[in-house]
Amino acid sequence: MSDETYLNIDHVTKRFGKVLAVNDAQIAIRRGEFFSLLGPSGCGKTTLLRMIAGFEFPDAGEIYFEGMRMTDEPPHMRPSNMVFQSYAIFPHLNVFNNIAYGLRRERLARAELQRRVEDALVMIKLDGFGPRGANELSGGQRQRVALARALVRRPKVLLLDEPLGALDRRLREAMQIELRALQKSVGITFVFVTHDQEEALSMSDRIAVMSAGQVLQIASPRELYEAPNCREVADFIGQMNFFDGKVTGRDGGMARIDAGALGMMEIETGASTGASVLLALRPEKIALSAAATNSVKGTVMAAAYLGERSHYNIDVPGLNEPVSVATQNVGKIASQGHEPGDTVHMTWPPGALVVLPRD
Amino acid sequence: MAVAAKGEMTARLAHFYRRSEGARGLALLSPTMLIMLAALAAPMALLALYSFWTQEGYALNTQFSLAQYGTSLGRQTYRALFYRSIEISSAVTLITVLLAYPMAYFVAFRVERSKFVWLILLTIPFWTSYLLRVFAWKVILGYNGVINSGLMSLGLIHQPLEFLLYNPIAVVVTLAHAWAPFAILPIYVNLEKIDRSLLEAAADLGDGPLRRFCRITFPLSLPGVIAAAVMIFVPTTGDYVTPTLVGGSDGVMIANIIEVQFDRVGNWPLGAALAMASMAAVGILTLLFVQATRAAAARIR
Repeated sequence: MSDETYLNIDHVTKRFGKVLAVNDAQIAIRRGEFFSLLGPSGCGKTTLLRMIAGFEFPDAGEIYFEGMRMTDEPPHMRPSNMVFQSYAIFPHLNVFNNIAYGLRRERLARAELQRRVEDALVMIKLDGFGPRGANELSGGQRQRVALARALVRRPKVLLLDEPLGALDRRLREAMQIELRALQKSVGITFVFVTHDQEEALSMSDRIAVMSAGQVLQIASPRELYEAPNCREVADFIGQMNFFDGKVTGRDGGMARIDAGALGMMEIETGASTGASVLLALRPEKIALSAAATNSVKGTVMAAAYLGERSHYNIDVPGLNEPVSVATQNVGKIASQGHEPGDTVHMTWPPGALVVLPRD
Repeated sequence: MAVAAKGEMTARLAHFYRRSEGARGLALLSPTMLIMLAALAAPMALLALYSFWTQEGYALNTQFSLAQYGTSLGRQTYRALFYRSIEISSAVTLITVLLAYPMAYFVAFRVERSKFVWLILLTIPFWTSYLLRVFAWKVILGYNGVINSGLMSLGLIHQPLEFLLYNPIAVVVTLAHAWAPFAILPIYVNLEKIDRSLLEAAADLGDGPLRRFCRITFPLSLPGVIAAAVMIFVPTTGDYVTPTLVGGSDGVMIANIIEVQFDRVGNWPLGAALAMASMAAVGILTLLFVQATRAAAARIR
């Protein structure tokens, strides 16, 4: 993967009536990247994808493919192809003709067309399915045909609009792995829209998290999880505990923060003295023990045994909300668990707390 | 003993009725089916029977004979009328479908609000009687009609045009207008149910608007087009009122001659044979049309 920007979404804004669907989105997608647009439904991710495809046109801003301005080009003039959420398999054509659809106007020799479609059928593991009618396919097969139909045109960018949403869990997980492997082998830039954070985390090179038309953060899955840049991103991806804090002083790169019931701590952050901040802590970063020094004491309110891990809600005096803690059940003995009513001590490694701006 | 058997019989019948979807379907259909049998199948059977008889003066010879079919298909006058009827109704079908398609397309794809109002507006011609609509065309096309007096008052012509009324073209124009809603509605229904994402997919795969229409919209709306064509072709071939009122002597169609056989001439067997022959011709042509259209559509890829 090179660092060169391939698809440039430059300050794009789109309104539908009074609704601001996409607000000043600025995303630079690199060549060969698996890039995801992640967010809850209605956050504008599909609108953004449809603007890249050419089905919608921005009210402001520009879209460039490889430096070429494509903002106002209709879909059939763009070097991108799309896998639709509904798959949009042509019902009056068989599998072969569905896949060949976008090749017909390229005036290929009959043998060349045949070969490319057959290759595509092999790629999606549906060889021999060519003469099947569009209505004789299962959901997973339709999804593969939609993928092959788009890829057979050798697009520069493949756009995928929640392509796995309609599949059952097991099939979805298998397709995630296949899709990722396929992307690596064909080397095409993928722009993938999903509301499923696990899906986005497991498949993407980078993710843009969106909410209410706004791009909140663009980062690798690891960075999004470990270092979210705002409360919304932290909340949307995985579970998170939030605490209030106040910067009381600075010492070089480190800030002294008064976190109330959690005590005083020193964390590396740019926040200035006197600023109110939000401290975020992942439940699985917290370790519980029956007795410990230099820790926060609390009472177990609720405990849930989930097999490979356990969840606890810990009530800490001075905090409004219980702290959520997840522990891995690595030991064999069930008595390692804590019961409601138990007094426990919470510790976490330095750096586990993330400082976020207060909004 | 007998009572018990009877009870068991009823129970069995009831059981059969509940289990068999076919039986329940027939039961639901039965009121309609009885009317159809009495008012359609029975007269048709009688008509078929008559067509094999012979009229001898005032007497009816009920000896089986194919003579009436020989006359129907053999005599030049009748053959010419068959051809003309089919030509006229083919022209009506073609023109009506061609005019109806854009209207249906407009309502299905361009109208976003109050589609219902548009559909009602399109059926307004149906709010007046068929006869009135034909007479309206007589007023429009007539010697002192709207077109002629309009053109004369504009000074474009000095004599009224005589070719407007009482000819096959007048029949085609009148029928095409009268049957338009029958074409618009089935085509509209088929266009309306086309999944819009299919058109987006076609655009995404490189097709401009015209190719999208030819490769996706048109093939998917074909069932509506076929339904519209059949619904217009079949009844207009046998239309009787319009040619009588606006057709003149050149616009006479097969139904007019059938009417003459039953009424003025009083040769019911010949009238029956002409009716049966025209029914068969329409049936065969319709089947051929549907097959040919389907075969042609299957070649669109």
